[in-house]
Amino acid sequence: MTGAALALHQFRFDQKTFWRNPASVFFTVAFPVMFLVIFDLVFGNGNRLHLQGVSVGVSTYYVPAIITLAVISATFQNLAMSVTIDREFGILKRGRGTPLPDWVFFAGRIGNSLVVSLVMLVLLAAIGRIAYGVAIPWDRLPAVLVTLAVGAFTFCCLGLALTGFIPSQSAAAPITNIAIFPLYFLSGVFIPESEIPNGVLNVADAFPVRHFFDAFFAAWVSGAGSAGFEWVDLAIVAAWGIAGFLVALRTFKWTPQAA
Amino acid sequence: MRGLRKSYGQLEAVKGIDLELSGGEIFAFLGPNGAGKTTTVEILEGYRERTGGDVTVLGVDPAEAGHEWRQRIGIVLQESRMHPELTVRESMELFAGYYHSPRGVDETVELVGLTDKAHDRVARLSGGQQRRLDVGLALIGDPELLFLDEPTTGFDPSARRRAWEVIASLRELGKTIFLTTHYMEEAQELADRVAIISGGRIVAEGPPEELTHRDQRTATIRFRLPEGVTAGELPSGLAPDSDGAVANGEVRIKAEDPVRALHDLTAWALERSLPLTELEVRQPNLEDVYLELTADAPEEVAQ
Repeated sequence: MTGAALALHQFRFDQKTFWRNPASVFFTVAFPVMFLVIFDLVFGNGNRLHLQGVSVGVSTYYVPAIITLAVISATFQNLAMSVTIDREFGILKRGRGTPLPDWVFFAGRIGNSLVVSLVMLVLLAAIGRIAYGVAIPWDRLPAVLVTLAVGAFTFCCLGLALTGFIPSQSAAAPITNIAIFPLYFLSGVFIPESEIPNGVLNVADAFPVRHFFDAFFAAWVSGAGSAGFEWVDLAIVAAWGIAGFLVALRTFKWTPQAA
Repeated sequence: MRGLRKSYGQLEAVKGIDLELSGGEIFAFLGPNGAGKTTTVEILEGYRERTGGDVTVLGVDPAEAGHEWRQRIGIVLQESRMHPELTVRESMELFAGYYHSPRGVDETVELVGLTDKAHDRVARLSGGQQRRLDVGLALIGDPELLFLDEPTTGFDPSARRRAWEVIASLRELGKTIFLTTHYMEEAQELADRVAIISGGRIVAEGPPEELTHRDQRTATIRFRLPEGVTAGELPSGLAPDSDGAVANGEVRIKAEDPVRALHDLTAWALERSLPLTELEVRQPNLEDVYLELTADAPEEVAQ
């Protein structure tokens, strides 16, 4: 098999593994849908928000917010947990004893996260459109897809980098969730940033979640005539991705770490 | 491999061992837990760096070996799971894709006796079945050399028998097999040649029969003396050997000339009308040799 065919082969099986695992499907697919529905139920009520100079309904705010969460979940959380568990199971070590090139292993996993991110984009956009009448920004589709791709790449790299700091299978979920959940709150993903004190937002600005959300929000709802690209936010997100990639290169481990 | 060494900080796990395997043989690497077996085999597999010595596996130094070399070997790790979500057949298909010229998937599933389970998820396999899947995954690339690190540890006796049948059938495929084990019977049953490692050194090497026969003339005579009779009353020349082999009334005598010793013993017992219950004469087996050779090793540190 050529490299590309082998990567596709690996990806097919990574897809099977993902969709058959109840925990990954629940946390990556069902959780964001649940958040979208619950947040809308609790905070919806036709309230309007002023975000990035645009007035939007709460329902309109939550669609890009929860897509942001779903992408991070499909990439960062999914990879950090599943790769750590596979490492501790010895699955990675076994693979390393075969002629499988390392890059094909990563391509399969990252490809899987990317496809799941796209599935979530379509699913959440459809729910938003059908249940809450939130328009799908067809004219800004290039910005939506580029922003999603940059965010997915970055959060894949960060998830892989994090595995090097997770010592055991049982530590995978707590460490990953502690790393990401506070940022959902601080970065305006769960709660609109108009409700968050400036000091907190300044802290959130030091991390990639808020920049990714801002860029994605702009792509989804920005005013007419705008192409929806937030280049500064995208550059900061991409820089985090490159940093994560470099850390992962140095700290990634293939063999079980727990005694 | 020549003068292989491996140290972990102050601890020297492998202290200079030499081994040579020839094509098509099943070689068993035997030793107690922590004796350096897994360290050695993982150096041969390219997983660990050695501290010293020369190692060549299929003409290549495993520390430098790349994907082409991995096309030619198969590895069963001591402990590793497989994606529980895939079926047996899918696992084999996945791994078959990694190799230039893999064996047939169905034929390999059959070889390891999992045809009935081919469409079951890995999560549903028993321990023994998972281990046979491990062997199947190591074989799928049609390797010349197969490493099996303690393939039957934790098996019940019938699962072990079945695993042995699978391994023995690989001999017919002409594979060279490097097997580590701490079960004597396993080595005796399967191996063409055995090396015993203890405390990081090879303490014996050769075909199993040769190792057991190196002490050929010595047999062990074992029996119980009735109440009130002490071992001291035995005829001279039949004193229990020095490791004080008298326990719970059971006497063990190492006899260099078992025919004469037995004659003297039974004559002595007949004269006194003493029953010698549980009387038996035994040739040393691999386990005796092993226990003798590894008896002096200090309690090993697990890696």
